[in-house]
Amino acid sequence: MTPAAPVSPVTARTLHKTFRRATGETVKALDDVSFEAREGTLTALVGPDGAGKTTLLRLIAGLMKPDEGMLDVLGITVADDPQAVQDRIGYMPQKFGLYEDLSVQENLDLYADLHGVGADQRKQIYPRLFEMTQLGRFRERLAGKLSGGMKQKLGLACTLVRAPELLLLDEPTVGVDPLSRRELWAIVLKLVHEDGLTVIVSTSYLDEAELCDHAVVMHAGKVLAQGTPSEITAKAEGRTFIIETPKGMPARSLQARLFQQDGVIDAVPEAGQVRVVLAAASEADALPLGDGTLQHHRAPARFEDGFMVLFAAVAERTRTSTMTLDQPSSQGSGAMAVEVQDLVRTFGDFTAVDHVSFQVRSGEIYGLLGPNGAGKSTTFRMLCGLLPASHGTLRVAGADLRTSRAEARRRLGYVAQKFSLYGQLSVDENLDFFASAYGLRGRRKADRIAWAKQQFELDAFSRLPSGQLPGGFKQRLAMGTALLHEPDILFLDEATSGADPIARREFWGRITALSEQGVTVIVTTHFMEEAEYCDRIIILDAGRSLAEGTPAEIRAHAAAQDGRQPTMEDAFIAIVETSRDGRAQQRPAG
Amino acid sequence: MTAATSQTGGMARLRRIAALIRKEGWQVVRDPSSIAIGVVMPMLLLVLFGYGLSFDVKNVPVAIVMEDVSAEARGAASSFELSDYFNAVQVKTMAEAERMMLDKRVNAIVRIPPDFARRMEQGTAEIQVLVHGTDANTARISLGYAQGAVATWMAREAAMGRIIASPPVSIESRLWFNDANNSSYFLVPGLIVLVMTLIGALLTALVVAREWERGTFEALFVTPVRPVEILLGKTVPYFILGMIGLALSILGAKLLFGVPIRGSLGLLVAVSMLYLIVALGIGLLISSLTKSQFVASQITIIATFLPAMMLSGFMFDIRSMPVAIQVITHVFPARYFVSVLQTLFLAGDIWPVILPNAAVLAVMASVLIALAIRATRKTIG
Repeated sequence: MTPAAPVSPVTARTLHKTFRRATGETVKALDDVSFEAREGTLTALVGPDGAGKTTLLRLIAGLMKPDEGMLDVLGITVADDPQAVQDRIGYMPQKFGLYEDLSVQENLDLYADLHGVGADQRKQIYPRLFEMTQLGRFRERLAGKLSGGMKQKLGLACTLVRAPELLLLDEPTVGVDPLSRRELWAIVLKLVHEDGLTVIVSTSYLDEAELCDHAVVMHAGKVLAQGTPSEITAKAEGRTFIIETPKGMPARSLQARLFQQDGVIDAVPEAGQVRVVLAAASEADALPLGDGTLQHHRAPARFEDGFMVLFAAVAERTRTSTMTLDQPSSQGSGAMAVEVQDLVRTFGDFTAVDHVSFQVRSGEIYGLLGPNGAGKSTTFRMLCGLLPASHGTLRVAGADLRTSRAEARRRLGYVAQKFSLYGQLSVDENLDFFASAYGLRGRRKADRIAWAKQQFELDAFSRLPSGQLPGGFKQRLAMGTALLHEPDILFLDEATSGADPIARREFWGRITALSEQGVTVIVTTHFMEEAEYCDRIIILDAGRSLAEGTPAEIRAHAAAQDGRQPTMEDAFIAIVETSRDGRAQQRPAG
Repeated sequence: MTAATSQTGGMARLRRIAALIRKEGWQVVRDPSSIAIGVVMPMLLLVLFGYGLSFDVKNVPVAIVMEDVSAEARGAASSFELSDYFNAVQVKTMAEAERMMLDKRVNAIVRIPPDFARRMEQGTAEIQVLVHGTDANTARISLGYAQGAVATWMAREAAMGRIIASPPVSIESRLWFNDANNSSYFLVPGLIVLVMTLIGALLTALVVAREWERGTFEALFVTPVRPVEILLGKTVPYFILGMIGLALSILGAKLLFGVPIRGSLGLLVAVSMLYLIVALGIGLLISSLTKSQFVASQITIIATFLPAMMLSGFMFDIRSMPVAIQVITHVFPARYFVSVLQTLFLAGDIWPVILPNAAVLAVMASVLIALAIRATRKTIG
């Protein structure tokens, strides 16, 4: 740093912030946090949910005061004069406060008025904003009727109605499909690189952190490390390898085995193989990986690997991500667990699911992927018998959902997108209630509850109200509850959203174990890389099925870019874009 | 910094407030729940209370025991038979009538004794009226009607010259301020207190809590907007909506139920505005305590709407409440407003009633608004 360097837009020194929950316990949201955001740079706050990212952004925006420490924003001590800061910055909270009853134009006008933007300035800025966000066509549409991605773009436009001196974005891409995510990032990067705006963005997507100038890695209120993305990536240098999957073995089975090994920090399936991060740098021929028959080669480290190295050092890790069923699922393998034929669901004149067909064999892991509004959840609800189909046939576990819904329901377990257990009931009470709801009684009920608690390691929390369980354990309880009646088919709707990377890997370990014991698993997810755990996936967009196949077949839709293998996300974007272009060309002709 | 100083100017301030009011207006127009609470609910209450709920007692089943068969006795009995308020049946013996009363087939017994005609000439005639007392309110009213019926009959007799002497019993019964003895006369003006409470307190508490729930406040806070401007942006639209509710209620009272307005309309509007400010203040305060629409609506209904209905004197006379409850009613602003409303509608500009009540409302309004301003902070958590 040169001595003449100007004051940084944000300087934080040893910030502390503690909250007291309604239950009386205190939570350290920020614990000794220091960082600096330089003029004209992009800073990313990276970490899982509960790391303290939102609290830090709120302190910078003057919405909260730190308990201790110093925080200067644009040369102003925020706690002393929050209004002076708020006059000059732009802030987009996690669920951006768009007024859903107001149109796109009215939302923009409101923020322009609040920021004192005059009529002549508006003439200059509005066309720019509409061009940037591609929202020009939707000016008159109510904000509540926009898709998730468009809402985020409108939120961003509202903070940019007058040039802010600092822009704060809190998880701007949560709940946004990969396509819109890419567009949103293009806008942010343009603002930083062309307009020289200082931006601080928080994210739990690790690949997004790679785009920034400075990354602050946070966990449980503490800063684990900070530096350029390559400095974080360097933590895993020399420790990353690609292990080839033996023939006839799903990558996820190898991944689950490797993840259990001592000396392995991380293992994820990737393009049909498994990427591992080792605890210590090692020579390629001396990998601590069992019998040594596995083919492997060195791979360049990426940001996520570095992050996992940092994370593994502090996060509690239970290695038992496997589980055993009392008795393996009774379905004959190769039988059809789910058959969907020409499925249609309409709401008024809106078609949510448009002639979708697919089949899932028993023991398979099957993934439904698609942007928001693609029809994933609607399809799911019909499969679980929660919503009748408008047209088409649905067979689940051999039972026709139109005629014998109750019969089908007995054979399936369902984990909803949101935590849907009773928060005020303890772990034991929830299990007891759901066991009774599934019709379990006496000895068998006691056995099944004991099984669930043992398999999901919930014994330590028996008496704790389930609403107060740590995040990963809520997920476990939800899954344990769904398995009480030993279903043959398990439905998981966005089950890993909001979970930290380690909890997600444990979760997938359990799914893999279930599938190996004959349980059929159907999942929806918005983490594209999680599609690698599936046997087959289907890609949905606007209610229609665009592609179906194994992860390798899907990946083949995208061309290799600048020498690297296309990722699942590249393939997804390629498939959706091709389909949308095709439809756009059809429209004027027809 | 020119940008910063321009934000504190009066023009910028007015433009921000105008933008917030315009935004709120759009939301009211487009959100069915605001319209429901602000317009549909008042209309519904008006019709419900005006037509459905009535404290009038009509068609009381009554047994008339005719122990005298003279023309005079039959005349007295006819006064009950002809009255709208009674459904009379004649029986021969007291025992029969008592049995009917026990079976609850009649609510009252009118006994005309054997010597009725003779004692009438002497000016000492008596009619015995027995009323079933389980429903004290109806009983008291029935008794009053019975007296009224007899008095009407005697007046008629005297007019026709059949009674030369002064009437044997003189009954002076008159319902003041409600000559028509129509309960919609005091229920409908009282409704205004409910309408104002719903719009001022409930709607305001709900829309503020909604901004917290939807996260719209968080984005709004990090702009040059000041806390007082947010407060004004919330109060002005609902003040206007409240005044529309008032206009609808007054029109409904006048056109649908013919309730007279004996005081001045200007005064009525002025005091209503005062109460509306009180209600807005309560709504804003409640919404600063909770950020959930559900909790806000529960607190508002318990703390404002129910007292306005039960403890304001709108439905139940405060003087007939236990002393402890009477003391408690003084806490609720609705009580003062109801006094003024009933006076202005049914009696006139009675300053000794209006002034003290309006003064209490004015004090409450200023205290509540001051508290609401203090409680409005641009902070989270």
